[in-house]
Amino acid sequence: METLITTPPPPEEKEYNILNLGPTHPATHGIFQNVLKMDGEYIVEGEPTIGYIHRAFEKLAEHRPYYQVTPITDRLNYCSSPINNLGWHMTVEKLLGVKTPKRVDYLRVIIMELARITDHLICNSVIGVDTGALTGFVYVFQQREHVYEIYEEICGSRLTTNIGRIGGFERDFDDNLLARIRKFITEFPAVWKEFESLLMRNRIFMDRTIGVGGISAERALSYGFTGPNLRAAGVDYDVRVMEPYSSYEDFNFDIPIGQSGDVYDRFCVRGEEVWQSLSIIQQALDKLEKMPKGEYYAPVPEFYLPPKQDVYTKMEALIWHFKIVMGEVEVPKGEVYHAVEGGNGELGFYLISDGGRQPYRLHFRRPCFIYYQAFPEMIRGTMLSDAILTMSSMNVIAGELDA
Amino acid sequence: MSAQAINAEYVTEKLQARFGDQLSNLDSPYGLLSMNVPRESVIGIIKWLKEDPELQFMFLTDLCGVHFPEQKGQELGVVYHLHSLVHNFRLRIRTFFPETDPQVDTATTLFEAANWMERETFDFFGIRFKGHPDLRRILNMDDMTYHPLLKQYPLEDATRTDKEDKYFGR
Repeated sequence: METLITTPPPPEEKEYNILNLGPTHPATHGIFQNVLKMDGEYIVEGEPTIGYIHRAFEKLAEHRPYYQVTPITDRLNYCSSPINNLGWHMTVEKLLGVKTPKRVDYLRVIIMELARITDHLICNSVIGVDTGALTGFVYVFQQREHVYEIYEEICGSRLTTNIGRIGGFERDFDDNLLARIRKFITEFPAVWKEFESLLMRNRIFMDRTIGVGGISAERALSYGFTGPNLRAAGVDYDVRVMEPYSSYEDFNFDIPIGQSGDVYDRFCVRGEEVWQSLSIIQQALDKLEKMPKGEYYAPVPEFYLPPKQDVYTKMEALIWHFKIVMGEVEVPKGEVYHAVEGGNGELGFYLISDGGRQPYRLHFRRPCFIYYQAFPEMIRGTMLSDAILTMSSMNVIAGELDA
Repeated sequence: MSAQAINAEYVTEKLQARFGDQLSNLDSPYGLLSMNVPRESVIGIIKWLKEDPELQFMFLTDLCGVHFPEQKGQELGVVYHLHSLVHNFRLRIRTFFPETDPQVDTATTLFEAANWMERETFDFFGIRFKGHPDLRRILNMDDMTYHPLLKQYPLEDATRTDKEDKYFGR
C-alpha cells in the first residue's frame, strides 16, 4: 500500500533523542510517564512507567470489613465510580448468596448506565481536546454535571460516590429523582448529537484519527483488551451480554463494534454505546413504572446495614447494626470471581474469603492496567502527536492503572 | 467445533483424559470451574487449553498471586483466570509452591497480557517468573526491599521511623 508519509530507514549509528513525556505533562491527562526514543518527530520506542499514584488498595482491602472496601473501589476508575461500587456490592452478594429484588437490579442498571455515559463522554471529548477541539469538551461537561447532581441526590457525593450498600440502596429513589433522570435522558440526546456532529464527520478530526493507533483483534486479545477498545478492534465481547449481572438480560441493546481498532473506531464505538446506554435507561425507567415502589434492598438483615433511624429506635435493627459493624456475622468461606462491564473494560473482583470480617485476599482485575501495556506497540513508528491521541482514546485512568 | 456449548463436566473430562494425574481440588465454587495443578506443568496445561481447537481458552482474564502462610510447603500461589470467548466459559487454575522457592514459569510466552500482571505479582509477592523478559517492580518503587502483599507484613510500613504513635492517638 502506498502511504504519503514514510519513515526513512535509520542509517547506521544514528543518534536518537530521548524525550521524557510526563509524569505531569498536561497532554497525558493523568500521571503517566513515558520515556520516548525519538527519531525527529517519530517514535522509535516508548517505555511507560506506572505506579505514581499507587495506594496499596489490595493490602488496604485485606484490613477492612466488606462494607468498608466500597470507598476503595471508588478510587479505581474515578470517571465511573458507581460501576466499581456496584460491582463490588455484587461480588459480595455473590459470595453471600444474596438475591437482590428486580427493582434493585433496575435501579442499579440506571446508575451504571449513567456512569458509562459520563465515562464515555469524558473520553470522547478528551479525544476532541487532543485534536484541538476544546469546545465539545466544555459543552458535554455541563451534562456530566447533571449526572453528578443525580448521584448527589442518590448518595450525597459526586465523584467518589460510595453508592449503595451490600444488598441494595440506603434509601429509595423518590419521584423527584426519577423525574431528574427522565429530564436528563430527554435533554442529553440533543447535546450528544450536536457533539457527535461536531467531530464524527469532521474532515480534520477524521484525518487525525483514522488509521492512528490501531491494533488488530488478535493482538488486542493477546494483550487482554476488553471494553470499547476490544470492541473497536472487532470483537463483540461485552460482559453485560456474555454474563449478565444485575438483570441485564432483561434489556434490549446492541453492542457496537469497529473494524480497525484505531482512534476513530474507538471514538465511534463509545459514541454509539452512549446511545445504547440511554436506551437501556429508558427501558429501565419504563419497567420501574410498572413495579410497586418501596423495595430498595434485599431482605438480608445480617448483611444490609439498617437505616439509622431504626438503629436508634428499634432493638432488632440495633442488634444487626452492632453485629455487622463489629464483624460478628458469619461469612461463608470461598472464592469468587465477579466481573462487570466497567467504563473501559471488564472490571473483575477476585475475592477469597476465609470466613473473617475482611477479605482474605482481594484482587482487582483493572482493565486499563492490562491493556495499557500495549501502548508501546501501538505508538511505535507513529508521530508524537498521534501517540497523545492514542493514549487519550485508550481511556487509561491513572487511578485504576495504579490501584 | 461442537454445536452445543461446552460445560464444566465436558472440560473436566477432557482435561482429565489428558492430564488426569496432575489435576487436584477439582471444584466449581460459585459456578467457576477451578483446579490446582503442579507448577511444573501449569504453563503446559494453559498452552494446551489455549491451543486446543475445540476449547480455545485464548483469553487470559487475570493472573494474581496468593499467600497462605498456614499451608506448609505450599504457601505461595499463582491464580490464572482463563476465558474461552468462543464458548463463554471461564476456568480458574491455581498452582502452589513453597515460600522458600518462589518460582514458576512465565505465561508471557502465551499471552502478551501476562507481562505486567506477572510484574505486579512479582512486585507484591516476590514470585519469580522464569523466562519473563523484564521482571522488575511495577507499582512500588524500585528500591523497596520487601514484597508488601505477603501476609507477614502489617498494613503500615514497619520500616518507617517518622510516624510516632502518640501523634496518632495510639
